[in-house]
Amino acid sequence: MTAKVITIASGKGGVGKTTSVANIAVALATRGQKVTCIDGDIGLRNLDVVLGLENRIVYDLVDVIEGRCRLRQAMIRDKRLSDLYLIPAAQTRDKTAVSPSDMVRLCDELRPEVDWIIIDSPAGIERGFKNAIAAADRVLVMTNPEVSAVRDADRVIGLLEAEGKGPAALIINRLNPAMVRRGDMLSVEDVLDLLAIDLIGIVPEDENVVVASNKGMPLALDGKNKAGQAFQNIARRLMGEKVPFLDLETQNVFQRLLWRK
Amino acid sequence: MISFLFGRKKSANSAKERLQLVLIHDRTDLSPAQLESLKDDLIATISRHIDIDPTSVRINMAQDGREQRLVADIPLKTATRRRAR
Repeated sequence: MTAKVITIASGKGGVGKTTSVANIAVALATRGQKVTCIDGDIGLRNLDVVLGLENRIVYDLVDVIEGRCRLRQAMIRDKRLSDLYLIPAAQTRDKTAVSPSDMVRLCDELRPEVDWIIIDSPAGIERGFKNAIAAADRVLVMTNPEVSAVRDADRVIGLLEAEGKGPAALIINRLNPAMVRRGDMLSVEDVLDLLAIDLIGIVPEDENVVVASNKGMPLALDGKNKAGQAFQNIARRLMGEKVPFLDLETQNVFQRLLWRK
Repeated sequence: MISFLFGRKKSANSAKERLQLVLIHDRTDLSPAQLESLKDDLIATISRHIDIDPTSVRINMAQDGREQRLVADIPLKTATRRRAR
């Protein structure tokens, strides 16, 4: 096995990076893929609680990097999916405990063991972000259909190009089709016009996301809800499948027909 | 038409228009004021060589995918004069 390293970044905080990393990792694991996700947000770790693995942490990312444990010892195996692992972030340290070359070395050690390494980038464009993208083969940029998130995504896309990590693919999260229909939310097309990069996923706004994180049970575990399905589709697209975008995603066709001058 | 019927502009349209401008300046690191001064310099330079009407010059940023382009449309006065002769 030679893992593909995928980093999810956004610039702006709170757009749903951690939830997406958890769900994309779960979705890949339910498809028979061996996956390790890495929480890159040192000092503000959260991927463990979203995945429901917070009680099983012994060692973390910084322990591996500073040689206090072997890589294997820091990999927490998921209870539900035996091919899913988490390397948690350190909670009592900061971003400077890790360097981009540390991340490259760690991912190179991990590559032969798994199919996918999914890295959760912290918000911002400084050290933590640079660490998170250092080893990435592909970066997924996440945004919400909202001015500040789109602007920050554009900055991140530009930085990725400058670092030779482009072209990035876009995930639009928390799309509310009803608001798009009444013209009170940027549509998928609007966001794509503005950012001019390829789309890899559209995730609708869904209350179940909060319920799922309350329970530590990622949505993608059962594909019945729309958001869970959307994450499953992103996993399939990462695996090279051509998957049409969900129905809700084309609802503005109606709007376009109605308002076309 | 929509704003005429409902008495307000759709907020998504304002969001898109505002973002279009903001992104151009973020990407090029050129403020609207700097762009204005660039225009003045260009007009002054060109005027030293050819006769142009400064008020008809259009210089703008255009987006082409993720590339930014400075597009200048500069009508020349001499062309019209020649035609008149």
